[in-house]
Amino acid sequence: MATLKELAKKEERLTGGHRLCAGCGIPPIVRLILRSTDCPVVATSATGCLEVGTTIYPYTSWNIPWIHSAFENAAATISGIETAYRSLKKQGKIPDRDVKFIAFGGDGGTYDIGLQALSGALERGHNFLYVCYDNGAYMNTGIQRSSATPLFSNTTTSPAGTVIEGKQQWRKDLTRIVVAHNVPYAAQASPHNWSDLSKKAEKALNTNGPTFLNVMSPCPLGWYTKSEDSIKWAKLSVDTCYWPLYEVENGVLRVTYKPKEKKPLAEWLKPQGRFKHLFKPENKNLLDAFQERVDAEWARLLELDGKRV
Amino acid sequence: MAIATKGQTGLTGNTAVAYAMKQINPDVFPAYPITPSTAIVEDFAGFVADGAVTSELITVESEHSAMSACIGASAAGARVMTATSAQGLALMWEMLYIASGMRLPIVIANVNRALSAPINIHCDHSDSMGARDSGWIQLYSETVQEAYDNMFMAMRIAEDTNVLLPAMVCFDGFITSHAIENITLVEDADAREFIGQYKPGHSLLNVDNPATYGAMTLQDTYITFKHQQSQAIARAKGVAASVGAEFGKKFGRAYGLFEGYRLEDAEEVIVILNSAAGTTKVAVDELRKQGKKAGVLRPRLFRPFPFEEIAKALSGAKAIACLDRVDSMSGFGGPLFNEVRSALYELDKRPKVMSRIYGLGGRDYKVKDALEVYAELEKTAASGKVETLQKYITL
Ligand SMILES: Cc1ncc(C[n+]2csc(CCOP(=O)(O)OP(=O)(O)O)c2C)c(N)n1
Ligand code: SF4
Ligand SMILES: [Mg+2]
Repeated sequence: MATLKELAKKEERLTGGHRLCAGCGIPPIVRLILRSTDCPVVATSATGCLEVGTTIYPYTSWNIPWIHSAFENAAATISGIETAYRSLKKQGKIPDRDVKFIAFGGDGGTYDIGLQALSGALERGHNFLYVCYDNGAYMNTGIQRSSATPLFSNTTTSPAGTVIEGKQQWRKDLTRIVVAHNVPYAAQASPHNWSDLSKKAEKALNTNGPTFLNVMSPCPLGWYTKSEDSIKWAKLSVDTCYWPLYEVENGVLRVTYKPKEKKPLAEWLKPQGRFKHLFKPENKNLLDAFQERVDAEWARLLELDGKRV
Repeated sequence: MAIATKGQTGLTGNTAVAYAMKQINPDVFPAYPITPSTAIVEDFAGFVADGAVTSELITVESEHSAMSACIGASAAGARVMTATSAQGLALMWEMLYIASGMRLPIVIANVNRALSAPINIHCDHSDSMGARDSGWIQLYSETVQEAYDNMFMAMRIAEDTNVLLPAMVCFDGFITSHAIENITLVEDADAREFIGQYKPGHSLLNVDNPATYGAMTLQDTYITFKHQQSQAIARAKGVAASVGAEFGKKFGRAYGLFEGYRLEDAEEVIVILNSAAGTTKVAVDELRKQGKKAGVLRPRLFRPFPFEEIAKALSGAKAIACLDRVDSMSGFGGPLFNEVRSALYELDKRPKVMSRIYGLGGRDYKVKDALEVYAELEKTAASGKVETLQKYITL
């Protein structure tokens, strides 16, 4: 595991000058993950903010081979690339050297439209890392709800209206769905905890077989928060236990961070404009219900800590 | 390999095409089954399991992923093939445009089958005709032999550096895919020599020289890429003509952009694709015995459409019927009718043209059906008038 200083000295694989918003969680996540290996990396991105913001022709921020083909198929695209690598290497058509393969997708491109392709690629056992940056909505198209969107979030397709208070469903637990594929390594992470994220990326990239990282990704535009506070809100999502940091390695679950003092969920929700309506006095019951569900999920996870799942 | 007669081998269309794929030995083969092309992916899985090819098989979970994996693998510098039909091709639709827009020379065998609804597994051309504007080169095949031969030619045309576009070989579901025909196989070494080694100009696996593929283009550049793509597919016509001629020199079976059957002096002509051309030729032979000037034009290359060559070949005809095994649902005939009629517009003396839609969902098209069309054409040739511009036949 490299120190922060060592990591910072490594070559920049996603360079600056891209057009992602100030305070966006995506660039620090991607840059850190790409620094977590010294091997060459070939990457693909699903349609979404990362793709649009980094490759407006004739510019590119990618210093590694990179491809975008569509929204729902990052896992299938990387399957093709990784298979081509194995085939060409086996036939002696390319040099025999270790190359890592990473697919990046947003929550929309992963939890929703890309779930089938992801499931297929995990089941087939390709040697790749799939990274989902979860900002909790379809941000690139203007903050529409996804199945990752937090309960009661105000989005443009789950607006907080006069009779319906934002998104009505609990978010899909994608990490558990991935774990159910019996992959050798899957984890949840957050960019505020660089050492945890980079350790997990390193582990995933050094594991043979399909691996998965689900990373909390603050979005000032869609969360209605200040650009300079993104990392703070990433940290609070973890300290309130809305977004627990854990990993499942060869079937054994380990919670990698337990907050010394579990913060009330409201501390994370209140600064975010998308939850504004929850703080009307008449919506206290909704806030309580949300807190209860977070507590229950956290308790469930703690029970599994150290166990084979 | 079953029945062999005098250097010939009795094979179904699917077995023959799978065998061509084995001889081509692509680097990557993403596979998903659908009737009537399933046997191709099954045969290929067998070749992989027995070590008869060095290809890697990816048993994807859908055709959308099949084409996505084709795209990833092709961008990684691999030679890539797959097979599909109908709903499978329809599910690939989004990715077909991306494959051609990214200029990736992927080759697929499309075994023609009707699109749902109503669901039907039998032959018509609604699947590949639905993809006619997707930027893929399309080769159509009358027989098992031609479907087999087209696989090699498609690979050559697609990978030609003046083209670099994906190509689709189409042949009729069940009629060609499941019927056994005695065909002549190409020797492995000759096949290898004909298609040559694939040397991609760019590859994602060239990690020392990283490139960005599939960047976002805005109003200032998108049209430039599309213009280049349009010029590339136009160039595919000349390449297809020379590859077809070269195939003939090497293997004794030359192929043009279309086939004319007793066309030189023909006054009444049916234009038709794939296996039904065979039935139509039988009708022509009968009519010729009666001294009638009947002929057939069977396009082989439908995309790009060789409009000048076809207009020239039809310039001496008096009456033409374009028989489409698909309806464009435009209220104005099928795609073949529209392309041919439009091509003829450039002629000073234009033949009369009518549209006939036949054989949807595997409905039989018989010699008597062709004879009836020729009878109508004769009337039109004599009167100079088209009585019924468009209608369904074989109802
Ligand atoms: C098949 C298809 N459907 C819809 C879209 C439109 N679209 C592009 S990006 C996007 C949302 C992406 O959301 P997410 O994956 O969460 O990434 P983010 O924008 O948040 O980075 C949508 C709906 C598309 N490009 N393709
Ligand atoms: S909209 Fe959100 S996710 Fe997209 S670039 Fe801006 S901050 Fe990042
Ligand atoms: Mg998102």
